[in-house]
Amino acid sequence: MSLDRSQVENVAQLARLQVTEDAMAATVTSLSSILDLADQLQKIDTEGVEPLSNPLDATARLRPDEVTEHNQRDAYQAIAPSAADGLYLVPKVIE
Amino acid sequence: MLDKTLTQLAAGLARGDFSSVELTQAYLERIRLHNTDLNAYITVTDDIALAQAATADEHRAAGNAGPLTGLPIAHKDIFCTQGVRTSCGSRMLDNFIAPYESTVTARLAGAGAVMLGKTNLDEFAMGSSTESSYYGPTRNPWNRDTVPGGSSGGSATAVAARLAAAATGTDTGGSIRQPAAFTGITGLKPTYGRVSRWGMVAYGSSLDCGGPMTQTAEDAALMLNAVAGFDPKDSTSMDRQVDDYQARLNEPLAGLRIGLPKEYFGDGLNEGIRSAVMAAVSELEKLGATVKEISLPRTELSIPAYYIIAPAEASTNLSRYDGVRYGYRCKDPVDLEDLYKRSRAEGFGAEVQRRILVGTYALSAGYYDAYYKKAQQLRRLIRDDFQTGFQEVDVILAPTTPSPAWTLGEKSNDPVAMYLEDIYTLSTNLAGLPALALPCGQVGGLPVGLQLIGNYFEESHLLNIGHQYQQVTDWHQQAPAL
Repeated sequence: MSLDRSQVENVAQLARLQVTEDAMAATVTSLSSILDLADQLQKIDTEGVEPLSNPLDATARLRPDEVTEHNQRDAYQAIAPSAADGLYLVPKVIE
Repeated sequence: MLDKTLTQLAAGLARGDFSSVELTQAYLERIRLHNTDLNAYITVTDDIALAQAATADEHRAAGNAGPLTGLPIAHKDIFCTQGVRTSCGSRMLDNFIAPYESTVTARLAGAGAVMLGKTNLDEFAMGSSTESSYYGPTRNPWNRDTVPGGSSGGSATAVAARLAAAATGTDTGGSIRQPAAFTGITGLKPTYGRVSRWGMVAYGSSLDCGGPMTQTAEDAALMLNAVAGFDPKDSTSMDRQVDDYQARLNEPLAGLRIGLPKEYFGDGLNEGIRSAVMAAVSELEKLGATVKEISLPRTELSIPAYYIIAPAEASTNLSRYDGVRYGYRCKDPVDLEDLYKRSRAEGFGAEVQRRILVGTYALSAGYYDAYYKKAQQLRRLIRDDFQTGFQEVDVILAPTTPSPAWTLGEKSNDPVAMYLEDIYTLSTNLAGLPALALPCGQVGGLPVGLQLIGNYFEESHLLNIGHQYQQVTDWHQQAPAL
């Protein structure tokens, strides 16, 4: 199926991705061609087929509720773009 | 020395023919000579490699050598390596020094392996040619105008050009097997859940598998022995007994039942590859195997199913790159929203952005049932088709790719054309099955390969068949002249 520009803008907003004006036309075209490919699926009858999310039909394992990780805040914040006093810094959110 | 297999090098180290430091220096020298041209490595870790090699030699002298002690290998730059940049081939992680170690690399280091460096890949493993890397394309050492395949193209070129004795790779839709085929090496995609995903940067979590890329099946067994097995840190790791993957290598193949899926031998298959694969089938028949045609009727549908499921999972996995906690941040964001949107737009390349958008769309309100759920239903049908096949045969044999390596740039502007090249590898990932890619010929001076697909946890059997095939053929011994 083909997408229009407003649909691509909406998806880009959901994905928090800026699509520049220059790239918009090419993005609309390539997403439409990928969804055309995906539309082959619509021809197949899958009525009553259980969706498969894990190839071995395994489900998430439970573990005892015990602390296994220790605090490594300094190590993790050492690679942050901007951190101070143990906090991650971002542009002001509340005026 | 560098033309030897991992297994032969292990024997050479054990006999004292050379030390790990000598061997490591020889590889580092060869990397210095050829990496500028081939671009197989993003990062070469000379200091770490030489220190690990010296330690390995000490351990050996003290009588504490393990199976991989002193063997120099490379890691796909998608495995987190503590203190070493782990870029995923992306500008987003160009400055990311991993604060922890992946299970795969930790287990290999624990078995004594020496890390030569981190290899190039398609950005976040999304691609089939290693052209989408932020660090530029890797070249195929057989013909530098062609791609090495992808996404583990750096690892494939490193092993094929003897810039490493072996390498790690990851396979989400063929990313170990297809580059193995394009460069004439051996690559194993294990059963889903057999090798831990901990510290392996996530792309499509229900599909991603780490595995060995080596010269031979015997080498792959040696490496898999070190990395396979349960890991409590990976919630989809399978807690079941691990085989000794070397134990069955020498079993005879008499009575082996091989299935040839007719859908993999249709019109789209290059005639040279067809002949090469059929010649390999004849060799296996001489070794006592019987062959019959089977059908995997939904093979073509693996393309749309995969190109919904993998982007959907990618879109959620890659939401973590927000410009706040690590990775790339845009300059002078005006507000938080701008920070997110521009950091991601500037940090991710075109193919990654495409897959995030497709995945976001497929998971969005109103489209989930039509795309994501539908693809997952197809996934079950594809898996069931394989199980029907395995009622009649022990293993499935098929070409790994429909064509040999293509020219650099040939498909980079046409994503769908690139996706179609994955037709023979995607369904194995959707089903979660193990598959072993083996070189089986050349077409126009470029290597081509076959794959053996086994039932769940049948890696030892695949490696047995691969090893027996490599005892009577020499395609795995062919190396490009650099």
